Amino acid sequence: MPTTDTPPGVAVDVRRLRKTYGGRDVVDGLDLQATAGAVTAVLGPNGAGKTTTVECCEGLRSPDAGTVRVLGLDPVADAAALRPRVGAMLQDGGLPTGVRAMEMLRHVSRMYAAPRDVDELAERLGLHAFARTTVRRLSGGQRQRLALAAAVVGGPEVVFLDEPSAGMDPQSRRAVWDLVRELRADGVAVVLTTHLMDEAEDLADVVHVVDHGRVIASGDVPALLSDGASGSAPQVRFAARPGLAVGALAERLTRGAPDGGWSATEPEPGEYVVTGAVGPSTLAELTGWLAEQDTLTTRLTVGRRTLEDVFLDLTGRHLR
Amino acid sequence: MTISSPAPAHRRVAAQAAFETRAILRNGEQLLVTIVMPVLLLVGLVRTSVVGLDTGGVDRVDFVTPGILALACVTTSFTSQAIATAFDRRNGVLRLLSTTPLGRGGLLAGKVLGVLAVQGVQVAVIGVVALALGWQPELSGVVPAIGLGLAGTAAFTALALLLAGTLRAEGVLAVANLVLVLLVVGGGLIVPPAELPGPLAPLATFLPSGALGEGLRGALLGTGVPPLSAVVLLAWAAALGVGARRLFRWH
Repeated sequence: MPTTDTPPGVAVDVRRLRKTYGGRDVVDGLDLQATAGAVTAVLGPNGAGKTTTVECCEGLRSPDAGTVRVLGLDPVADAAALRPRVGAMLQDGGLPTGVRAMEMLRHVSRMYAAPRDVDELAERLGLHAFARTTVRRLSGGQRQRLALAAAVVGGPEVVFLDEPSAGMDPQSRRAVWDLVRELRADGVAVVLTTHLMDEAEDLADVVHVVDHGRVIASGDVPALLSDGASGSAPQVRFAARPGLAVGALAERLTRGAPDGGWSATEPEPGEYVVTGAVGPSTLAELTGWLAEQDTLTTRLTVGRRTLEDVFLDLTGRHLR
Repeated sequence: MTISSPAPAHRRVAAQAAFETRAILRNGEQLLVTIVMPVLLLVGLVRTSVVGLDTGGVDRVDFVTPGILALACVTTSFTSQAIATAFDRRNGVLRLLSTTPLGRGGLLAGKVLGVLAVQGVQVAVIGVVALALGWQPELSGVVPAIGLGLAGTAAFTALALLLAGTLRAEGVLAVANLVLVLLVVGGGLIVPPAELPGPLAPLATFLPSGALGEGLRGALLGTGVPPLSAVVLLAWAAALGVGARRLFRWH
């Protein structure tokens, strides 16, 4: 068996991966690891190279440069040995449209010597409700749940989920997330691509932020939140009606605590950020000031940036 | 955690073959092309003289049935397979199944076996209808006819995969149906190449459709399989097989 110097417990090991389409580097020297018994999120904007990276791990594409090892094996050269041990949920589903939902799942299960109990899995993901409906007539969320069931029916050690929550209603998402957590508890290495912040924040043990074909930040969620581009200064974010006189707010805070290093900005209309020596009295001052402006804040968070803040700081706010 | 293992290869391929067969036999349009159309043509050509055929003195049903069997072979291995594979490719089905233990080789084997299973159904239906119309096939020609059918299936399945693996699904839909019509009218399937007008006669002789039609007529009429037909058919099967292997794109 070909092995590299992959550390034990590392189920997916991608080193300096490069993939070019038509002269454009879609993946450009990407490094990524995923461990067993953990959920690894690959977070990035559309076109960042997430799907191509995952397809290289699934053996669907060959890298132009770099190495990819899954369970210590080469996904292309050792495909036959890896296929029973790796489950894949593709972004475009890959479900034949003319067959009934449960028929499809049973068919995939026949590829394995000892598949999971199909009915139990269907129960978990609520597939029985549309068991006899053809795939063509399923909603987006129903298709995603069926595709997830097909990815895990073989009892894999590694699962790749490409945008698993796309098109799902909240109930479906909850069912999918529960199943992902259960896979993690069973020791499965789960790799999921997403551009949904809450999915990465709630589900992932490790997040790799990818942009322009490279990993630009990695770590667990708390580490990413405390260590972003704009530093770890304590801050208060709040939402209120646009156009408040933030200068007056900064002055007021400075009067209360002259050495606080206060600043108040409105980076987007209606979204405010206050940085400085945030303490209990800061909130009293802030809400007092808002009351004087006869303004109700609709959201207020203290000291903690969201993953979305980090993501936008890292990848920019412009549309692409 | 236990290491998941694949089902034995023959089980995987058998499951895929059954899956493909059911998909074709349950699809209305596919049934229309593979079963209904050949049977209608058979009855129409035997019971009416709308199409003038020089049967060389043999009964019309004996002359027409081998050509209908050749047509049936093409509808399943080419038209139906090209369209089904093209849409499976567009919808990511080929990629998804190739990540399961089935793999690409198993997927291909399942498809070919699925085609052969549907052809078994076609031969049974067409055979029964033809016998009811008075067909008296040369029994010693049955084995050579099966060999020719397999060679033709290889050639036309390879052509189907060549199209499905290189063109857009909508393009394949159009091309596969157009090619079928052209082969029926001027490809030597039902009307022998020698009876086709002008340059079509020599052309059809060297097409896989003409070779399959002539070969089956020779076998089942008892006049013998023309060696040229067998050579032409095998050459096409080899060439198209290489082409499909080289050019098929899974994405």
